[in-house]
Amino acid sequence: MSALLELAHLSVTFDLPTGPVTAVKDVSLEVKAGETVALVGESGSGKSVTSTAIMRLLPELACIEGEIRFDGKTLTKLKDRDIRALRGNDIGMVFQEPMTSLNPMHRIERQIREVLEKHTKLRGDKARARVLELLTQVGIPEPERRMNSYPHELSGGQRQRVVIAMAIACEPKLLIADEPTTALDVTVQAQILELLGELQARYGLAILFITHDLNLVRHVADRVCVMQHGDLVEQGPTREVFASPSHDYTRMLLAAEPDGVKAPVADAAPVVLDARDVHVRFTTKRHLFRPDETFEAVRGIDLRVRRGQTVGIVGESGSGKSTLGRALLRLLPSTGQIEFDEMALQPLDQKALRPLRKRFQVVFQDPFGSLSPRMTVGEIISEGLKVHFPELSRREREARVIEALNEVKLDPAMRARYPHEFSGGQRQRIAIARALVLKPEFLLLDEPTSALDRSVQVTVVNLLRELQKKHGLTYVFISHDLSVVRAMSDTVLVMKDGAVVEQGPSEAIFTAPRVDYTKKLIEASFIDRVA
Amino acid sequence: MTSTTTPYRGEHDDTPLPAGGPNPPAGPDKNTGESLGREAWRRLKQNKAAMASLVILTLMALVCFIGPHLLPWALDEVDWSNFQTAPSLENGHYFGTDANGRDILVRTLFGGQVSLSVALVATFVSLVIGVLYGAVAGYVGGRTDNLMMRFVDIMYSLPFMFLVILLMVVFGRNIFLIYAAIGAVEWLDMARIVRGQTLALKRREFIEAAHALGVGGPTIVRRHLIPNTLGPVIIYVTLTVPKVILLESFLSFLGLGVQEPLTSWGVLISEGKDMMESAPWMLIVPSLFLAVTLFCLNFLGDGLRDALDPKTR
Repeated sequence: MSALLELAHLSVTFDLPTGPVTAVKDVSLEVKAGETVALVGESGSGKSVTSTAIMRLLPELACIEGEIRFDGKTLTKLKDRDIRALRGNDIGMVFQEPMTSLNPMHRIERQIREVLEKHTKLRGDKARARVLELLTQVGIPEPERRMNSYPHELSGGQRQRVVIAMAIACEPKLLIADEPTTALDVTVQAQILELLGELQARYGLAILFITHDLNLVRHVADRVCVMQHGDLVEQGPTREVFASPSHDYTRMLLAAEPDGVKAPVADAAPVVLDARDVHVRFTTKRHLFRPDETFEAVRGIDLRVRRGQTVGIVGESGSGKSTLGRALLRLLPSTGQIEFDEMALQPLDQKALRPLRKRFQVVFQDPFGSLSPRMTVGEIISEGLKVHFPELSRREREARVIEALNEVKLDPAMRARYPHEFSGGQRQRIAIARALVLKPEFLLLDEPTSALDRSVQVTVVNLLRELQKKHGLTYVFISHDLSVVRAMSDTVLVMKDGAVVEQGPSEAIFTAPRVDYTKKLIEASFIDRVA
Repeated sequence: MTSTTTPYRGEHDDTPLPAGGPNPPAGPDKNTGESLGREAWRRLKQNKAAMASLVILTLMALVCFIGPHLLPWALDEVDWSNFQTAPSLENGHYFGTDANGRDILVRTLFGGQVSLSVALVATFVSLVIGVLYGAVAGYVGGRTDNLMMRFVDIMYSLPFMFLVILLMVVFGRNIFLIYAAIGAVEWLDMARIVRGQTLALKRREFIEAAHALGVGGPTIVRRHLIPNTLGPVIIYVTLTVPKVILLESFLSFLGLGVQEPLTSWGVLISEGKDMMESAPWMLIVPSLFLAVTLFCLNFLGDGLRDALDPKTR
């Protein structure tokens, strides 16, 4: 059978004011009817540019060379009007961010009807019936009611189901899914993948699945294409590529799973952080005469961390894990007892807490948001020094900054630069340096690797381990990524809806989970590695 | 535990971005990093339109303040032989005279003194008060924010004219009162804009990171919040300047602002408007001065915004 979609020597060049940048170089691949092809690569590899080129959705300054053939038509030569007739009709697209790819002002029914009215003759009651049918197919509970909802009333997974319903509304032959599950929790991700599988079987859909996550590819794709810096470096049947990768980059990606486990700490090590019965409540609505409405994000958590230990906190979004972390460092008000090095933190006010702050530091998830864009890296790192060691001279501060940058393996000469000039991994190193420069004993790591590419994740995980070993640091490591937590932690807390559902030594939890929820999490995150 | 054999495995992560090699593009002080101000100045100097605007504005100010002393006519001097004459080189009225025989050029330059200083002072006042007020309200939040912003709402709802008249009654007629009155009203918009920006910034992780470092509240406002609101603030300032100049002319028109023989661009333009058909130069000359000033201010504002944003390096 001939290919449904064929890219022949596709190159995409962006004509930027600073000079042309080639995002995709001479890529040839094909997708046959009914098969799933995964396009894998890290950020900046050109995988999303390739998929948008197929839909001809690239900006004006992009110059496309080569040919894209779809179902007997050459897309690169079609007029704008003809390509619009294809989009949403023969080719459906699912984007990464389910919130932003739906119009927040329109009800669900109207969003889906828009596609139907554009490409089919269905109107009125018939269109409504079709919308209902689609919502049922994609497994939205109570579809009748949900039709009248606005996007913000649905959960992330449900929104993505709606996007999928829109994409398959006209029974397309090809579905382009650009990171369709990246923004979702692992258990939801598993459900969405299952749904895509079902739809593929029913309609004989071909799926071009774009992702950075090799783990997913192994479970969903028939064939895999690996991209690096705009080049297609390897392609072949999934099983073969995984069993014997031929290109170095593929091998590197495959090996980019954090491995090893943490060396245990003696049971007698002193307790650094001891929290008992921590509750965090948020006021959701204020009333003048009645009690305020509150939401309890963390419900009575006990946590004990010994020196040199890493405690992993795992949970899906909304489980309260980040809230707990912030409450532990008194960045959020909470009730319950928190002792740091046998000192009670709760009775202290922010001013009294300040001298202690240098002993416990934090690294956040978002390497783009956590550095002030108008300060140089040097200023960012030395800020804490100015607060806690005002006696240091400018030169001494400078020396400490250089030392910290060396520790995180960044070139100290870069400290006069601004954060936007660095890549995600480098920024995360800067954030770590900012914490380290104060020589803390305890670090709260709030999803420090979640926004990074797999291969970069490994380098950051390795760096954190190395620093822990060298300085005897104590970590609380918050993440939704089980494989990273497994590689880092002594003990693990599994959180759901603000409470702990299971806790224990890391390996025990991963090899023999007792609670159903933990089992589900582990299963859904496709950890295939045997320790 | 497998130790870290190759910490740099993700090579592309650690290669510096194409922007500028291992060292930042030539700056005088590579090691310590330049202060935002000095670096902004360096970048501003590279922006030709902004620099030209800055030069023209400086010249404009110099001409307005020095020029009248070099010309043979005084502000209120009547040339009995030339009433409402067109611009000419022969009689020494290079931009013509008005219906009372007063030299338009001299009056325009004097008017420039008033307009420029009102614009500068009132804008500066509104900038300082508005930015501080907005940043503090947004940062502290909660009840304080509520109180502070309700005060702004009350100020908004006071009729502007009422406020000016009240000031006149209490303090008597004085040009500084115009500065104060305009400044007292203009900062309200600025406060709202900055507060909105601050509310959005406050949730960003770098603010939280500063908290975790133990940085105090005032320092967070000064070092982290205000610099990051600069973009919209500067745009708003460039919009405020023309607004202030026009507001001043409006006040003067109602007899609450500058009084004859003193004048301002706004007054001259409104006088010129009435004589548009018989003596167009009375409208054209002050309008030209005002237009050039506003034009340059816009370019300078754009240049400043870019220069203060490290991303445009």
